[in-house]
Amino acid sequence: MNTSKTPEPAAPAGQNAAPRPAGEALLEVDGLGKHFPVTAGLLRRQVAAVKAVDGVSFSVRKGETLGLVGESGCGKSTTGRMIMRLLDPSFGRVTFEGTDITKLSQAKLRPHRRDLQMIFQDPYSSLNPRKTVGALVGAPFKLQSIQTEHGVKKAVQELLELVGLNPEHYNRYPHEFSGGQRQRIGIARTLALRPKLIIADEPVSALDVSVQAQVVNLLEDLQDELDLTYVVIAHDLSVVRHISDRVAVMYLGKIVEIADRNDLYERPMHPYTNALLSAVPIPDPAERAGRERIRLQGDVPSPMDPPPACRFHTRCWKAQDICKQVEPPLVELSPGHQAACHFPENAAAPATGLVADATAKPDD
Amino acid sequence: MTAPIEVTGSEAEAQPDAVLKGVDRKAIQGRSLGQIAWMRLKRDKIAISSAVFLVVLIIVSLPGVTGLITGLVGGSPNKFNMPLVDATLGGPIGKLGGMSLDHPFGVEPINGRDLFSRILYGARVSLLIGVLATLVSVVIGTVLGIVAGFFGGWVDTLIARTMDVFLAFPLVLFAISLVGVIPSGFAGLEGNGLRIAILVFIIGFFNWPYIGRIVRGQTMSLREREFVDASRSMGAKPGYILFREILPNLYAPILVYATLLIPTNILFEAALSFLGVGINPPDPSWGGMLSQATELYSVAPHFVIVPGLAIFVTVLAFNLFGDGLRDALDPRTR
Repeated sequence: MNTSKTPEPAAPAGQNAAPRPAGEALLEVDGLGKHFPVTAGLLRRQVAAVKAVDGVSFSVRKGETLGLVGESGCGKSTTGRMIMRLLDPSFGRVTFEGTDITKLSQAKLRPHRRDLQMIFQDPYSSLNPRKTVGALVGAPFKLQSIQTEHGVKKAVQELLELVGLNPEHYNRYPHEFSGGQRQRIGIARTLALRPKLIIADEPVSALDVSVQAQVVNLLEDLQDELDLTYVVIAHDLSVVRHISDRVAVMYLGKIVEIADRNDLYERPMHPYTNALLSAVPIPDPAERAGRERIRLQGDVPSPMDPPPACRFHTRCWKAQDICKQVEPPLVELSPGHQAACHFPENAAAPATGLVADATAKPDD
Repeated sequence: MTAPIEVTGSEAEAQPDAVLKGVDRKAIQGRSLGQIAWMRLKRDKIAISSAVFLVVLIIVSLPGVTGLITGLVGGSPNKFNMPLVDATLGGPIGKLGGMSLDHPFGVEPINGRDLFSRILYGARVSLLIGVLATLVSVVIGTVLGIVAGFFGGWVDTLIARTMDVFLAFPLVLFAISLVGVIPSGFAGLEGNGLRIAILVFIIGFFNWPYIGRIVRGQTMSLREREFVDASRSMGAKPGYILFREILPNLYAPILVYATLLIPTNILFEAALSFLGVGINPPDPSWGGMLSQATELYSVAPHFVIVPGLAIFVTVLAFNLFGDGLRDALDPRTR
């Protein structure tokens, strides 16, 4: 089977295939934040805010995969949903293909949604149980009023084949499939509009480990084939390592470190990244014995009242007074490797010298 | 976009499909949740016999059919059969209230009207009011409930408080006073046609909050499901999400609740007729018959028992069918 057979509904085909200069930013996120108000009393007065995401900036180049990792509740899913505009950001800006989509109305946003799609976490809840596979995967064509060359059914069957499902299962219902197959249906639906950027929110965490690898490999194959750009949100560090080109580590609503994959996994700078990586299980017991595991003390502080300055100082073994007073800026400590720490590891110069920049930043 | 597509997965994951491919490559037809529920329902003997009873009841109460049957047995529901009642005491002549082949349920005391045909004609009134009033409640309750649950905020507050107001309404008192106030002809209707319309309006319009609450709660849980986000991320408008994504998931609870609401409404109609604000005599209704019977039960006990049994069996059949339907649609509630 050849790709030319697959539907090419979105935009003229030439635009999709046009070679873009490498390194061009497809998505830019600038100081993005989401504060959920906490209300109390009869008048629903706002008494506090859950600072789920508190000023996050990064950019994604065309064709690359950015991994977004962090503990539960660090704001990584919220970030993904804000990029998709499923949540309205409290502040900050999302620029997609040079268009600021942060303040666009839903009607104006609709055409952009073709290029910006999402893979959801739970394959059991992301497919409407009342619809057939054909209706589910064909819905994007209908919602975007796109004419398909040989009819929607043909287009859907080609998509099913593309993700490794039997195209004859067109008339089946989601409950007749396994978790991995359901996730493939979700991926087929995501691909229907030939998007340029896909936000994958924990695409494999609800799946069996044996199926995880299949879905991760499918995502990688599709990326090569369809020239996709991914933002993969995950908490599984080995999945992220496998799939990402660059990795951003989040802690309590902020990015603490962002770097190329190998750089980050081999020379982590932020103490939090170090602690995370030391928790990754090593399958070889002989190797395991020689490793020192970093055990963080205490719990993640409440995002309603995050610690001042460096948010990690309450649990950091390297914390000193400055960490409680001055927020370390996210600065480039080696080429392509940014970290927000006063006392980074594996780095020549600490970030402290750049504190002046931090105080000038309007982040907080 | 030029590479050939061969990457769709390893051999291992293609296996389950490969097995199926050999069997019937062409016609793989999925079973919808509705079809599965129907298969389950077919195995439930109680629900099916209730359904059969209800279907028979509906058929015999269709306008043409009722006349046909009463033409064979019983005769006109309003015809006096004075020879069949005791002239001095007023009680029916013969055993069991005058039951015979011509009058299978016996005759009324005093005027000798045939109970069988009165029950049949009364069934039409009961079913008509029960079903139409339920329809009114279901439509209003579903629309307002789904809107309140989906949009939340002040819309939800407004609708939810309205529901509370309706639930606190003294419905019976309102019905009695409304019937007294409304003139004999209104909006092109008169007589018992008007009475039925009023009853449908009162019962249907004041019962919607019950179903509204169920729909609202279900919608609140459904709107958090990821398929709603998925639909929105593809550019779906709120109307599409409400009525194409969420509503199909509510069919089961709505259907179950409707089958359980119909008997309640039949009972309510009977109660109103009993209180004298339902169907006007001489037209028969089950509640009205009971009302007349209370004064005569010592002379003719069957006059109480027959309409009472009719209400009881019909309501029971609806309830059993509704229960069976719920079990079939949602096996988790078992």
